[in-house]
Amino acid sequence: MLLSELTALRGVSGCEDEVRAALRKEAERILGGRGRVFTDTIGNLYACRDAREPGKKRAMVCAHMDEVGFIIRFATEDGLLRFDCVGGVDPRVIASRRVLVGENRVPGVIGFKAVHLMSDEEMKKAPDYSALSIDIGVSTKEEAERLCPPGSYATFDTAFMEMGDGFVMSKALDDRVGCFVLLRVLSESDYPGELCCVFTVQEEVGSRGARVAARRIQPDIALILEGTTANDMGDVPVEKQVARCGGGAVISLMDRSAIMDAQLRALAKQTAARRGIPAQDKRAVAGGTDAGPIHTSCGGVPSLVMAVPCRYIHFPASLCRLSDIDALGALTLALLEEVGKQ
Amino acid sequence: MNMELLTQVLTAYGATGREGNVRAVIERALGAHADSVRTDAMGNLIAVKKGDGTGKRIMLSSHMDHIALVVIDADEHGFLRVCAAGGVPAGKMVAQHVAFGNGEMGVVGADGDAPAELTPAHLYIDIGADSREEALARVPVGEFAVAAPRVARMGEHRLASPAMDDRIACYALLEVFCALEDGMKNEVVAVFSVQEEVGLRGATAAAYSVEPDVGVALDVTATGDVPGAKGHLPMKLGAGAAVKILDRDMIATPWVVDAMLDAAQQAGIPAQREVLPFGGTDAAAIQRSRGGVPSGTISIPCRYVHSAAETVDLRDVQAAIDLTRAFVEREMP
Repeated sequence: MLLSELTALRGVSGCEDEVRAALRKEAERILGGRGRVFTDTIGNLYACRDAREPGKKRAMVCAHMDEVGFIIRFATEDGLLRFDCVGGVDPRVIASRRVLVGENRVPGVIGFKAVHLMSDEEMKKAPDYSALSIDIGVSTKEEAERLCPPGSYATFDTAFMEMGDGFVMSKALDDRVGCFVLLRVLSESDYPGELCCVFTVQEEVGSRGARVAARRIQPDIALILEGTTANDMGDVPVEKQVARCGGGAVISLMDRSAIMDAQLRALAKQTAARRGIPAQDKRAVAGGTDAGPIHTSCGGVPSLVMAVPCRYIHFPASLCRLSDIDALGALTLALLEEVGKQ
Repeated sequence: MNMELLTQVLTAYGATGREGNVRAVIERALGAHADSVRTDAMGNLIAVKKGDGTGKRIMLSSHMDHIALVVIDADEHGFLRVCAAGGVPAGKMVAQHVAFGNGEMGVVGADGDAPAELTPAHLYIDIGADSREEALARVPVGEFAVAAPRVARMGEHRLASPAMDDRIACYALLEVFCALEDGMKNEVVAVFSVQEEVGLRGATAAAYSVEPDVGVALDVTATGDVPGAKGHLPMKLGAGAAVKILDRDMIATPWVVDAMLDAAQQAGIPAQREVLPFGGTDAAAIQRSRGGVPSGTISIPCRYVHSAAETVDLRDVQAAIDLTRAFVEREMP
């Protein structure tokens, strides 16, 4: 499955159906009857392969299917959609962006007062969600809510493209890059123990899917594949940069939700160094990940987050380097091989 | 009180997420007192003293970790940049002497142009390095720094140390556990937990595997007994063990609170009631585990919590030991 196909799918937290259906088909094709593909009630997708050797650890490798986006609250009398964000989307970066609303992909634009109509006070202030609305070009509340009923989800309408010297630009790189790498793991890994690849839901609103998945799988070890913020642009001093695009797979040390297992992190770093796989430390600790609920589940699960560095994460368009996606895949496969020797 | 063991427990290096040294000290002290001892996947140390089969399983939890600064990078002049692991009041770290798990030492400074309200992003650690390369070679990204361990005895009864939260309770739990006799009604499971300061993570995992009938955290609590104290906190040093009614993360199970207060009264153990409008303890994680577990906290009052000068009164520590022992000997409903 192509990365461009994956990122084009729409799957705001709580509405991952489209992504799940496509991944399910792909996982079934890859496994071809050599394992089980199933979902649970919250919507996680599991692709599990039995152990080939006894006594090996049960490994859970996961990536989240959901992306940040918007949810429609109601329409105003003059047909504008009032909405809120699902997951963390900075309202300063969304005015004038094109969006698609609901299952029928109704096109809209996020409207905001033009600059020459603003008061001095408004000029100084960044807009918040109460000042923004989605304009779908209709004039009445009835028509707007017929096309886009309250509860409809909206996503950025951003075309995927390859650009520059090895970058791709797209919406939803967080975390379709993880899903993309996870498909590669499912297809290429020779891990000798039981391998459970889990595509989780609702990460962006607090890793709710992963909590359910960890309880179900009860893994001995967990790898979480992510798209993470890069912040390596412009005049950001080196000590404020989180990770560098082109620097390889990002190995996390901690985030707001988990301190990575020290042994697993050391093994990942050694493995990368020994095999010449480009890798870098994550130099910040912002944000939570699925590692949060997974590592404290059951009696505790050694967990590690590894990621592709992405610029402008949670923005309408993010950038990442294809070489870093390759590196994350290579490192995950190599690390599983090392864990499989234990 | 065994001051030698207490000093060892207070001075072992043990940043949140890096509790191995503390665990080793405690495991040694447990000796043969436990029926079984295990370390789980997160690093919690779990010691079991079996009951006679007619009572309940009580989980007692004290956390081994303490708040830390984590290295995320260094600048070109060799100053380490950091972030916080746990609630580190940045202002209180400035000019503190800190220690790393690999033995390196440093002092904490703050950017000259930092605002009055400091955050960890404004802090740096000077380890005496002259370049980024030297700094990161000696202290790589991901190393954890804690306020350098030391213990100050103040007067007859008071003790100050950076890791008082929650090593003083680890020591108290050791005293309680090692004095348990064979053939008790209740089974007692002592959990020396990890990663409490970043969100009760160790106790969350341990509560699941221990599956207790009753949960008790032993922890420190803040006091309102210093000059200019804000917030009307009723707890004070020297007034005995504090029985928690509530904090931000937990409303203690009413019968557990009543049983603790009753045990204190019956045995003449000095006790005070605790209401803390902030904070949380391992008991909150135990209380919400599985289908819910009746839980409470016995606290040791502590001044200057989350600073390098955390101060307790040894008479309160003794009261907490006595009260915990009296509680686990009771018949549980």
